[in-house]
Amino acid sequence: MSAHADTHAHEDDHGHHHKETFVTKYIFSQDHKMIAKQYLITGTIMGVVGVIMSLMIRMQIAWPEEPNVIFEALLGKWAPGGVMDADMYLALVTIHGTIMVFFVLTAGLSGTFSNLLIPLQIGARDMASGFLNMVSYWLFFLSSVVMVISLFVEAGPAAAGWTIYPPLSALPMAQGGSGMGMTLWLVSMAIFIASSLLGSLNYIVTVINLRTKGMSMTRLPLTIWAFFVTAIIGVVSFPVLLSAALLLIMDRSFGTSFFLSDIFIQGEVLHYQGGSPVLFEHLFWFLGHPEVYIVLLPALGITSEIIATNSRKPIFGYRAMVASILAIAFLSTIVWGHHMFVSGMNPFLGSVFTFTTLLIAIPSAVKAFNYITTLWKGNLQFNPAMLFSIGLVSTFITGGLTGIILGDSALDINVHDTYFVVAHFHLVMGISALYGMFAGIYHWFPKMFGRMLNKNLGYIHFWVTAVCAYGVFFPMHFIGMAGLPRRYYTNSNFPLFDDLSNVNVIISLFAIIGGIFQLVFLWNFFYSIFYGKKTVQNPWKSNTLEWTAPIKHIHGNWEGEIPHVHRWPYDYSKPGHDEDFVPQNVPLKDGEEELQH
Amino acid sequence: MTALLTIIVLVFITIAIWQMVKIFDLANANNENSQVANDKDNRVNGYLMLIFLAFIYIITIVCLVKWGDLPLMSNSASAHGPQIDNLMIISMVLIFIVQTITQFLLHYFAFKYKGEKGRKALFFADNDKLEFIWTIIPVITLAGLIIYGLFTWSDIMNFEEEEDALVVELYAQQFNWKARYAGEDNVLGEANVRLINLDNANILGLDEADPNAQDDIITTELHLPVGRQVIFKMRSQDVLHSAYMPHFRAQMNCVPGMITQFAFTPTVTTAEMRQTDEMVKKVENINNIRTEKSKDLVAKGEEALDPYEFDYLLICNKICGKSHYNMQMKIIVETEEEYNAWIKEQQVFKNSLVQN
Repeated sequence: MSAHADTHAHEDDHGHHHKETFVTKYIFSQDHKMIAKQYLITGTIMGVVGVIMSLMIRMQIAWPEEPNVIFEALLGKWAPGGVMDADMYLALVTIHGTIMVFFVLTAGLSGTFSNLLIPLQIGARDMASGFLNMVSYWLFFLSSVVMVISLFVEAGPAAAGWTIYPPLSALPMAQGGSGMGMTLWLVSMAIFIASSLLGSLNYIVTVINLRTKGMSMTRLPLTIWAFFVTAIIGVVSFPVLLSAALLLIMDRSFGTSFFLSDIFIQGEVLHYQGGSPVLFEHLFWFLGHPEVYIVLLPALGITSEIIATNSRKPIFGYRAMVASILAIAFLSTIVWGHHMFVSGMNPFLGSVFTFTTLLIAIPSAVKAFNYITTLWKGNLQFNPAMLFSIGLVSTFITGGLTGIILGDSALDINVHDTYFVVAHFHLVMGISALYGMFAGIYHWFPKMFGRMLNKNLGYIHFWVTAVCAYGVFFPMHFIGMAGLPRRYYTNSNFPLFDDLSNVNVIISLFAIIGGIFQLVFLWNFFYSIFYGKKTVQNPWKSNTLEWTAPIKHIHGNWEGEIPHVHRWPYDYSKPGHDEDFVPQNVPLKDGEEELQH
Repeated sequence: MTALLTIIVLVFITIAIWQMVKIFDLANANNENSQVANDKDNRVNGYLMLIFLAFIYIITIVCLVKWGDLPLMSNSASAHGPQIDNLMIISMVLIFIVQTITQFLLHYFAFKYKGEKGRKALFFADNDKLEFIWTIIPVITLAGLIIYGLFTWSDIMNFEEEEDALVVELYAQQFNWKARYAGEDNVLGEANVRLINLDNANILGLDEADPNAQDDIITTELHLPVGRQVIFKMRSQDVLHSAYMPHFRAQMNCVPGMITQFAFTPTVTTAEMRQTDEMVKKVENINNIRTEKSKDLVAKGEEALDPYEFDYLLICNKICGKSHYNMQMKIIVETEEEYNAWIKEQQVFKNSLVQN
């Protein structure tokens, strides 16, 4: 296998003398490093849209009665006189969720770092298929464009929640957003899924086939393990969402009854018979839950790498880390029903899903403890990436623990669809994955752009974000436990919840401050691309192969031969070596033993 | 106002960033590794880790003290409520302990082992015993929780129908609730949305020929006799809704095309609940807030808010469209006599139809 990779490499060596045009280099590029950057920039732009929406949502919740100039400026006809329309509120909730989950934390995170790191860390010239990789990015770009266009249709964007449960999402007469807006949403997601599948297949094939000489599976950095397993989960579960979307399109446009039955709306009986909305919920969550791990695992992989590097210590329990990634991946596909305890499905199914769901806590706990042990007796270098990684472990624990309540069917009865859920998943997958993404950007920025991000701005960015994230989501658990339902345009029709309105104001203030401080990051990011400090080849003194490649990006990644691998990636502070790191391509010394991990 | 403030803040932040970057760049002009953490950065961030740990603890305590009385979690009004509440409390205590310890270890280690030039980290890559310990502890704890949880769940969901059980249909539509009582025969008549006939006011689609339907009673308020099991049969005519009755620890989705069910026994009447200390305090607090708000409203020339009196509520908890945020129905739990008196005054189905 490796021999094959080498011959292939030599061919490529001759290949890269061809002159590149602007279009082949920056636009229709087949180079994984450029595609990674394209994913990152597109994801960042979508992220800005998603975050602005979340701030509008928070402003509406905190000050529902007050006209807001920002609404008027950004929403136009949907906020006459600065008062937000109730349909628009639901649309914001829907599109915020969709953009953040799929476009930022799936494509933006996984797309960026899988593309950048898989070839570089396993020692390959490029992805198995550069062409498919390019197609994958451009499909993602197309789906982003369609999603953004859907914001501007006459009757409003999709507004049935990011879970788009029918019949609400299927019937244009049930809601303005279920017309053209929902059609575009479905089209956009179908394209997105195609993009994601092409990407995932490419990652899997590349990891299996193109590893350099000596790079056995047990010598793979945990980042690669995470990307690899994430791609497998994606391939297993995304097609199911595609089928759900297609069936929903059939119901909407061709009069079939997959998800609809016995409906009387606006004075007339519809013809649908025999379908079931619960079926849609099953199909949706068969992707929807693994999706949580598609978002989270790459972040955990990135964190493993960064914590080890910056602790100057091997990651603790490499084998256990790999095993828990595999266990989480397997379990993630058999827990989807915990989103449906009160959907009307058989209570016995609820019992089964409670059981499988709580099992997931075990590998998760192992991971958390291993991170903490990695810090123990380390020599911690607090680069911004390290801070975000520690922040991830913190929010992963805080958010993960409340999963014990939500995964317990009996307890879920009372907190289902309240703000408790919102707090839980924002911490455990939203904030955690976002931290993972930030950590990855701070860590691999030098690799991507040849320059460094400003560390002091990074520190400001991290600490304000960390305080605001807890300030937003910690109190939110409590309003959830007081019974406040999510997705309410205003709570003013329920005097029962009036005593929670001041909590909502506090939460919104934290959210606004946190949101504004992301500008520090954006500024740092775009400024440093052009004017940042020039980087040295291996700024973090890391062991993995990407830091042996030249700073300047060349097609094929390494001049001459691809480095061979002689050890695992976590030989930090190994006794018997002068430096506190030993890169993977350094041969074992005489008499040195490789750790049996 | 908000917008103006935001813009001012934005301007200030931009200026601050610009200034800071200039200073940093000047200070580090010639150092090759200027953007990699040095000992000073490690020290500062190490201490910040400790401060952040304190912040997590403080925010936990503040939340618990200010909003931890959780009126909806601690005084349930149904027979199975205390079971759920117990499980909730046990889980919360457990979570609280684990959270306190692990956050301490994480942030304290971060502080304690902050980097210094020349120090070497311990090469410690693996320890099967440790791995075993923190696999087995969660296994045992979770096994306990799972078993307790499953028993509670199956008690609630696989209820046995009691002899004097009251059968009530909850009927959801955009954006209101209706209740249908089974009447004297305690059997709900057949119904389907296809039978809805707005011309003769058959709004829930009851089978007009079904003898069981004749004495059914359709209401817009839910009255329940205390101490008697209520079995809810739920229907929806248009989109998904969720019947959430937080005080009774009850929730079930209403799904077009199928009938879902949930059962509970109310144990505290509305009148009794209003008199509990906690509720008196809560209502007083809410009314203070409302009085304050009313002052602002009156100053703006709008109407003042009505004072609040406690009532149980059935609220919609599944996104269902534009007015989702206002889909509610009052629930009144009362004594058997009061209930009987009330139900007698309601019109039965056959009399409610409009004859054309």
